[in-house]
Amino acid sequence: MPLIPVILWTDALVLVLLALGLTFALYASRHEHLRDPWRRVVRSRVGVATLVVLMAYALVGLLDTVHLRLKQDARPGVEEARYSPEVLSLLDLALSGLRERQEKTYSAPFATHLFVKEAIDQPDGTVVRDYPRLKYGGAHLENPARQRGWDIAWRSLLGAVKGIIASGLFILGVCWLLARSWGVSLIEARDRILAGKTQVPWRTALMTLAALLVLSSVAAELALQYHVLGTDKVGEDVFYQTLKSVRTGLLIGTLTTLVMLPAALLLGIAAGYFRGWVDDVIQYLYTTLNSIPGVLLIAAVILMLQVYMSNHADSFTSLVERADLRLLFLCLILGVTSWTGLCRLLRGEALKLREIDYVQAAQSLGVGQFSVIARHILPNVMHIVLITLVLDFSGLVLAEAVLSYVNIGVDPTMNSWGNMINSARLELARDPVVWWSLAAAFLFMFTLVLAANLFADVVRDAFDPRLRQASGA
Amino acid sequence: MSAYILRRILYAIPILIGVNLITFLLFFVVNSPEDMARMHLGQKRVTTEAIQAWKAEHGYDRPLLYNDAASGLASLTDTIFFQKSVKLFAFQFGSSDDGRDIGYDISQRMWPSLAIAVPVLMVGLAFNISYALFIVFFRATYIDIGSVVLLVAMLSISSLFYIIGGQFLLSKAFHLVPISGYDQGLNAWKFLILPVIVGVIGGIGSGTRWYRSLFLEEIAKDYVRTARAKGLSERFVLFRHVLRNALIPILTGVVVVLPLLFMGSLITESFFGIPGLGSYTIDAISNQDFAIVRSMVFLGAVLYILGLILTDISYTVVDPRVRLQ
Repeated sequence: MPLIPVILWTDALVLVLLALGLTFALYASRHEHLRDPWRRVVRSRVGVATLVVLMAYALVGLLDTVHLRLKQDARPGVEEARYSPEVLSLLDLALSGLRERQEKTYSAPFATHLFVKEAIDQPDGTVVRDYPRLKYGGAHLENPARQRGWDIAWRSLLGAVKGIIASGLFILGVCWLLARSWGVSLIEARDRILAGKTQVPWRTALMTLAALLVLSSVAAELALQYHVLGTDKVGEDVFYQTLKSVRTGLLIGTLTTLVMLPAALLLGIAAGYFRGWVDDVIQYLYTTLNSIPGVLLIAAVILMLQVYMSNHADSFTSLVERADLRLLFLCLILGVTSWTGLCRLLRGEALKLREIDYVQAAQSLGVGQFSVIARHILPNVMHIVLITLVLDFSGLVLAEAVLSYVNIGVDPTMNSWGNMINSARLELARDPVVWWSLAAAFLFMFTLVLAANLFADVVRDAFDPRLRQASGA
Repeated sequence: MSAYILRRILYAIPILIGVNLITFLLFFVVNSPEDMARMHLGQKRVTTEAIQAWKAEHGYDRPLLYNDAASGLASLTDTIFFQKSVKLFAFQFGSSDDGRDIGYDISQRMWPSLAIAVPVLMVGLAFNISYALFIVFFRATYIDIGSVVLLVAMLSISSLFYIIGGQFLLSKAFHLVPISGYDQGLNAWKFLILPVIVGVIGGIGSGTRWYRSLFLEEIAKDYVRTARAKGLSERFVLFRHVLRNALIPILTGVVVVLPLLFMGSLITESFFGIPGLGSYTIDAISNQDFAIVRSMVFLGAVLYILGLILTDISYTVVDPRVRLQ
């Protein structure tokens, strides 16, 4: 085999999350009262546009979640297969060009020369202090000063054309599928979508998708020859770094809710359903945890984790594994500081549900406590869990940046927006300013968080019965 | 009323004991004082004597919970649990790793924290409420839609970018105010302007959006319709009826955070080099000074609970319908 898969802890949890998501989607699609709010979400223009953006991020994150180790070239005399110790992801392989084209140090976006002066040996033996040419960025140009502008314009155009063709083909495919499901001709389907008169706003969705495709196609075309977002202190491509950071942000945003889920579900439902002393104990527990300031609790736990890791350095085989475990712990502890809100919501809902007729009927028919919870309570609180997942997401992505800045976030070796901002802090003090790391982190983080916030608003509006009554539906 | 307050204070005691147990578990059981000493003295080649000396110097050489060697009451008091955790209840924080009295440091450093947190709260509150009222006055127009888009965009930006951007624009590009630092007494004002501005701007997104939804909720109520039916002008309705009633949730939301203002803001203070409690905590975290982190955890919990009690009291003060028993 040319490669062996590597499953890190977080990868496994992502798989669990995906499985849970699919199960819930299947379950919801069979129940009208759950299907209805989601239908509302996909019928909102903001909803579908942000959904497309979020899916694009999710795709990058998922590609980055499939980890593997490549086979190394066989050495003479060694029979067994040897695998490289470096753990790579599918995203790394796809972007191997970006990953491998490392410069010496800082260079600006689209630069052909290094950002700092160096002593260069001239052919005639003299030494001049000047900005040396980059090893890869714009290396194909003979006279960068003259050709660069035209080259960038030409490549952007090429990328845009490719993007338009790709999105055109994709849109055609979607139209064809829709035409089949509506039972109309392709022309008719196209007219309906263009007129924006479909129930699901396909026009918005497809336009967002086309914009994303064209943008990424232009970026890809340019990234073949340039460092689109510059390089950082050690010469790594910033575009590559920020794409790698997507996974970290997404993981923190979603896994945190996932890992706190069992505790919140169990305790919240138990408190609301059994009441009495169980309720008292659980309320005491979450009030106590809640009264510790979140940042300090996280700091305390991460400090302790650092002490543990530095005293047990041998038990981690690779840096990636170590960073991954720290990320998992960060999710866990962020979960501990944020599960109380969900727990309180679930308790309230369980208190309400236990008085409802069908639960009372099940109880009087002699159904066991746990069957009642599993059959009647649990399915009816799942939508709360889902809304919490969506609403908490953007806050958690932002929290990661702040925590990494305080050095209690993800491992410093891990690619994350927080680490990018943290290292870019001193770069602003340079003259001229090194702004691109910061700008890249800002751009990608802002897009993700904005999309998540807008999407969360749509979801909340769709699920909030008060607002639904107000709009007369 | 006083009976209620007393009961709430008594109820706080088990919670504080719980907080104390959690910090004790985290700091002394998960990792032994031995691990801590090794961490501070360097990793590999540390002699046992050096570790013992470090532990004796910082008072970690006692047994965790029960001291066999001592007799009588001392067998319980001469332990790490009593010396390091129980004493927090009397606000005796002990000394930090570099031998300074934590209690004294806290009493000194809370003033700079307050000097930033109070103006940020006040100016932010005034601005956010006015802006929210403005949006609600023009509700369902382009002003409303545009403002909501702006607010969502603003709250999607990490607070780090506000600070970095503010420092870059005001200090580096235009040289209006010093980039960071602090001064004694009233001279501190020029160091405070920038953090306050950044703090207020960073809070506009979430604050105004929340107040806007509060006002909109209030405006849908029956008494507002009655007021309009009486022929009152929209401005009168908004300021006289809606604002006054919406102030109840706003006020109680503010009261919750009042005690926590003492803790300062971690990020702002460390960015601007302000010697408050926030940067104290950050420094303690990066120097791995567990004594300070422990004290701040306890202090934070006390202030949080105080905030909850104050909230309940403020409800009865502003809303005559609420009575506490």
